[in-house]
Amino acid sequence: MRLIFITLLALMLATVVGLGATWMTATRGTDLGTLTIGAWTARPKTGTADIDPYSRASIARSGELPVGTGDGVAFSATSDDRKRPLDGRCDVVVSGVTPAARFWTLTLYDSKGRLVANSLQRYGFTSQEVVRSADGSFEVRVAARSRAGNWLPTGGIERYALVLRLYDTPVGVATRTQRDAPMPSIATVGCS
Amino acid sequence: MIRLLFTIAAGMLLGGIVHLVSVLALPRIATQDAYSRLAPVTKLNAVTSLPQADPGNAPLPFMDPAFAVAVCRYDLTQGPIKLTVPVSQAYTSVSFYTRNEVAYYAINDRSAGRKVIELDLMTEAQHAELPEDEDVTAADRLIIDAPTAAGLIVLKALAPEPGLMPQARATLAASSCKVQTEPTPAKR
Repeated sequence: MRLIFITLLALMLATVVGLGATWMTATRGTDLGTLTIGAWTARPKTGTADIDPYSRASIARSGELPVGTGDGVAFSATSDDRKRPLDGRCDVVVSGVTPAARFWTLTLYDSKGRLVANSLQRYGFTSQEVVRSADGSFEVRVAARSRAGNWLPTGGIERYALVLRLYDTPVGVATRTQRDAPMPSIATVGCS
Repeated sequence: MIRLLFTIAAGMLLGGIVHLVSVLALPRIATQDAYSRLAPVTKLNAVTSLPQADPGNAPLPFMDPAFAVAVCRYDLTQGPIKLTVPVSQAYTSVSFYTRNEVAYYAINDRSAGRKVIELDLMTEAQHAELPEDEDVTAADRLIIDAPTAAGLIVLKALAPEPGLMPQARATLAASSCKVQTEPTPAKR
């Protein structure tokens, strides 16, 4: 009787621990092969044949297609430079320069990877659209209400993610630091 | 007491095994992965344009809205695939994925270095069967070995401004992806 109870307990524990850990890693991701620059993270290896099993599991779960390495690399951010989660009700400024690339796009998604509806039908900026200052740097204002300059509407949703994709770029598996890839800063400047 | 500790230790160890097995199995058992989402809306061995991503409906999550996207869902069991993609004004790329979304190859218009990206996709066995004299000309036809017989080819053309989207879509509409039923040997 006692043996059965103990075996059952061990098996239940195994199921909870095992599947729980899988769920956690598949939804949140792991630090395996991550490249973090400021608030931005990328997993350049997900675009190659040596993708790690954890990234494969999370891609299979989300249903996205990773950007191939010969195509480009995707950096995503869900918090600002001070680790504060990106809030659609606040004004967030993304400013600075981007790493060398033929083109880049900056896109705003909700937590499930959908675009956020807005009257302008603006879901992001491309490197060609964005208005720059004389020195080539840019400033994008991510806010719920209309702002002057490069305004990226959030639709007032609570949590969102910014994805900066670099196309035809030397940034990739060999990139390590900010010096190789100067990423724009993300700052929350005020909440309404 | 010792027995309880032993039970917990055994449970943890088994849990680790369950975790590893389930992580490895997830790509195979996932029903909402990109291939499964695209399979009902794409033709086999032909180019299908995907609708433009918008908030109401997007074929896949995390799609870049600045791109026109078309997909060729392939199955190499009937023969190698020949892919032709004209290059758009801004930026065009072709990415290859296996059935389980492993991006094994990607090329952009600049690395292809021509006005038209032309590629032959085949399994390693089909590549090995190619006649010798075909291999001589392999320099100007790019042959890609597919690790699995089924998968996805994703064609993307950038519209740097929203107004250029029709052009980007037109570029992809002119691309083709079809089975080479006969491996037309280059006779002289």
